[in-house]
Amino acid sequence: MVVPIAPTPTEARIWQLLEEVSDPEVPVLSILDLGIVRGVLVEGKQIIVTITPTYSGCPAMNVIATDIRLRLLAEGYAKLIINNQLSPAWTTDWMSPAGREKLEAYGIAPPVDGTATGHMLNLFGKDTAVRCPVCKSEHTHLVSQFGSTACKAHYQCDDCLEPFDYFKCHN
Amino acid sequence: MLTQDLSSAKATAAAEPSLLFPYVLQLADTSLILAHRLSEWCGHGPILEQDLALANIALDLLGEARSYYQYAAELEGQGRTEDDLAYLRSAVEYRNPLLVEQPNGDFAHTIVRQFLFDNFHYHLLKTLKNGPDTHLAAIAEKSVKEAAYHLKWSSEWMIRLGDGTDESRQRLDKAIATLWRFAGELTTPTAAETTLQEIGVLPDYATLLAEMQAHTENVFAQATVPLPAPAFAQLGGKTGRHSEHLGYLLSELQYMQRTYPGLTW
Repeated sequence: MVVPIAPTPTEARIWQLLEEVSDPEVPVLSILDLGIVRGVLVEGKQIIVTITPTYSGCPAMNVIATDIRLRLLAEGYAKLIINNQLSPAWTTDWMSPAGREKLEAYGIAPPVDGTATGHMLNLFGKDTAVRCPVCKSEHTHLVSQFGSTACKAHYQCDDCLEPFDYFKCHN
Repeated sequence: MLTQDLSSAKATAAAEPSLLFPYVLQLADTSLILAHRLSEWCGHGPILEQDLALANIALDLLGEARSYYQYAAELEGQGRTEDDLAYLRSAVEYRNPLLVEQPNGDFAHTIVRQFLFDNFHYHLLKTLKNGPDTHLAAIAEKSVKEAAYHLKWSSEWMIRLGDGTDESRQRLDKAIATLWRFAGELTTPTAAETTLQEIGVLPDYATLLAEMQAHTENVFAQATVPLPAPAFAQLGGKTGRHSEHLGYLLSELQYMQRTYPGLTW
């Protein structure tokens, strides 16, 4: 592989390139939309990117780290350290407004703020009202808190009957 | 392999590494062994949604275990990695409580085991996230959000099964009768835990027990199941004296590394 000789990277350039790295499980979202890039630091040719996992066991994290490395390498930026930072813990508050719109257009209901499951004694509590990403009806019900990936719950629309993923509010 | 960076998190250990190491390892083993048990359900759940729930919970616990193993490896400072700690220790070196190594049994059995664990786990993480050891606090801050979902899930299933059909009730009763004796070990401190409690790294388990008890009473009342009398607590796992089940579990879990030493993906 021929690696172009890169100019000294700037932080702004690195952020631009990170915008082009997508979440492997929700490919319409960039990792910036998702809010998992917590910092970029450039010291000479050395680049340090700090990311945080959405969920502890998220299997996408290793893929994301590899994708970041490959994207920067393609521009000739080879001196890269990727840190994985746990605290402060990721929250859906860090998801960008653009990211939320892209999610809904893709068929995944975006997180409804302020509805995190913080009240464990509220058993069989009322489901979060989630809008169907297909017909936009508010008549939906929770099928399972655990969906196709760790960050999603499984819902169904009572009007158009579409089963859909809901990106859980997490804060 | 993506590992955590300790320096950028400005981690400060709240105790001598040699005191913390066995406890962090105990947390790691506990989450790993339960994650493995839950993963055995994959493809065998009673319905698709619950199969997914079990696999999701397994994945959360596995991620949590990795964080603890990475921290334990760092504390030990002998060059062992998270993989060495998980794959190359024998059953007598494992420090998980007996509860989490118990076989899955039927769905009710798995739910009771999960409820007993989640109730402890959630309340423990809630205090650890405000604890003085910043690295443990960071892991707890991350994992407590997930543990909250787990506890809600297992609590609701306790109620459904207890207040469900004659058969579900019978199976739940049987599971409670079998597993209740293993609950006490979770909150019976080992010598290492007692030391950490004395220097304020770990909470006093009496406070934890009061919160756990309140939640248990609430769930059992809704499940219409009478609370079992306090039982003799079967101890052993946290000090390396395990039931026969752990050896079989590890032989599957560690098979690849034992057969092909040093294998990587």
